[in-house]
Amino acid sequence: MDHETKQPGDPSSVVLCPDGPILIRGDFEIVTPSGDPVPRHRNTVALCRCGASAIKPYCDGSHKLIKFRTGVPSTVDEDS
Amino acid sequence: MKKPEPRGPVSAELIDLLTRRPGADGAAQTELLGLVTETARLTDDILTDDDLQLALFCLYELHYGGLEGVDDLWEWEPGLIAVRRLLEEPFEQALRSAALVAAGPPADGNNAAAEGKPDSDAVAEMLFALAAQDGGPSLSRYVAKKATIEQLSEFLIHKSVYQLKEADPHTWVIPRLTGRPKAALVEIQADEYGGGRQHRMHSALFARTMDGLGLDSSYGSYVDAVPAVALASVNMMSLFGLNRRLRGAITGHLAIYEMTSSRPNHLYGGGFRRHGFGAEVTEYFDEHVEADAVHEQIAGRDLAGGLAEAEPELLEDILFGATAALAIDARLTAHIVEAWQDGRSSLRTPLPAPA
Repeated sequence: MDHETKQPGDPSSVVLCPDGPILIRGDFEIVTPSGDPVPRHRNTVALCRCGASAIKPYCDGSHKLIKFRTGVPSTVDEDS
Repeated sequence: MKKPEPRGPVSAELIDLLTRRPGADGAAQTELLGLVTETARLTDDILTDDDLQLALFCLYELHYGGLEGVDDLWEWEPGLIAVRRLLEEPFEQALRSAALVAAGPPADGNNAAAEGKPDSDAVAEMLFALAAQDGGPSLSRYVAKKATIEQLSEFLIHKSVYQLKEADPHTWVIPRLTGRPKAALVEIQADEYGGGRQHRMHSALFARTMDGLGLDSSYGSYVDAVPAVALASVNMMSLFGLNRRLRGAITGHLAIYEMTSSRPNHLYGGGFRRHGFGAEVTEYFDEHVEADAVHEQIAGRDLAGGLAEAEPELLEDILFGATAALAIDARLTAHIVEAWQDGRSSLRTPLPAPA
């Protein structure tokens, strides 16, 4: 059995989804500024970064409706 | 599930055969093969053929929870597999035609396919673009704004054929994948199955929604009530999931399902809240708003995109699976919304009035 596929000390990873949310997986905690835990129902979460989600801090797909563009990590974006 | 009511000669003969001992009646099996060959050749449209879709649904059901009173040995009976293939071939052809019509002329995104070296971000982008084009009448807006309580029940009944075994057809493909797409699919499926908590399984959440409307939430209880195209929608997933060669199609199917889910589920939930239903009923929809915003990212990039990177020749089938899903669901939606707009039931047999 290969138990070594995870990176050593792989606490969490943050994926910047092109034109979309921030995906976080691994071992982490989401808290309010005062330190209270934010309710969380799944291991891997998508955090809103377009500002339009109705279920913040989580993503609800609204970035697609407002045509949110990140520009940065997307592949080829000739017209920017 | 209990055996469904036949809808024509093929499903009648199949269901009759299934009540006997496997292999006991070779003549009946040969007769069924002949009947299926002939019927599949003559059907106007296999996607809306009640008899053939029900027969295929029963054959696939042997690989899931089975049919009551049917010997488990039938699952791999060679004669039945032969019947299934006779039905699957024209069914797949019809899905490919429907997908082609829905997709229209090749989009510019398909250039990546022509170049033969798709990267996962480009595949995700193509799938998101497909999902964004999804036109036609909107079931979710109708449910949100207009649906009566009887129509809400009908809506759940159509969905129940799949949602009470939600995620199962896509699970078939896990052992057919390796590496990044496999890890991605397992991550999504773990969430679909409640992350180890039985009551959070999406199928269990859906059952509670049905219970909240006084419907029978046992698996398969409303198969007799739904039209052929609703069965075709589920048969499509079984076809893609059970045939390893179609592993591209099932990942494209899952990706597009996830990508067309968050917003509609927000609207569905609103429709039930409009009628005064509480969290117990709307939890299924609320859960999907949040979960599928996660899943669509993983399914588009890591599952479908990762598979296309590993096996570039599968990109075409990934897009086929996605487009076919949109095309069949558009037909089911049109069926339901047209019936409701005409003041009719969208079911084959209207629900009895509440006692």
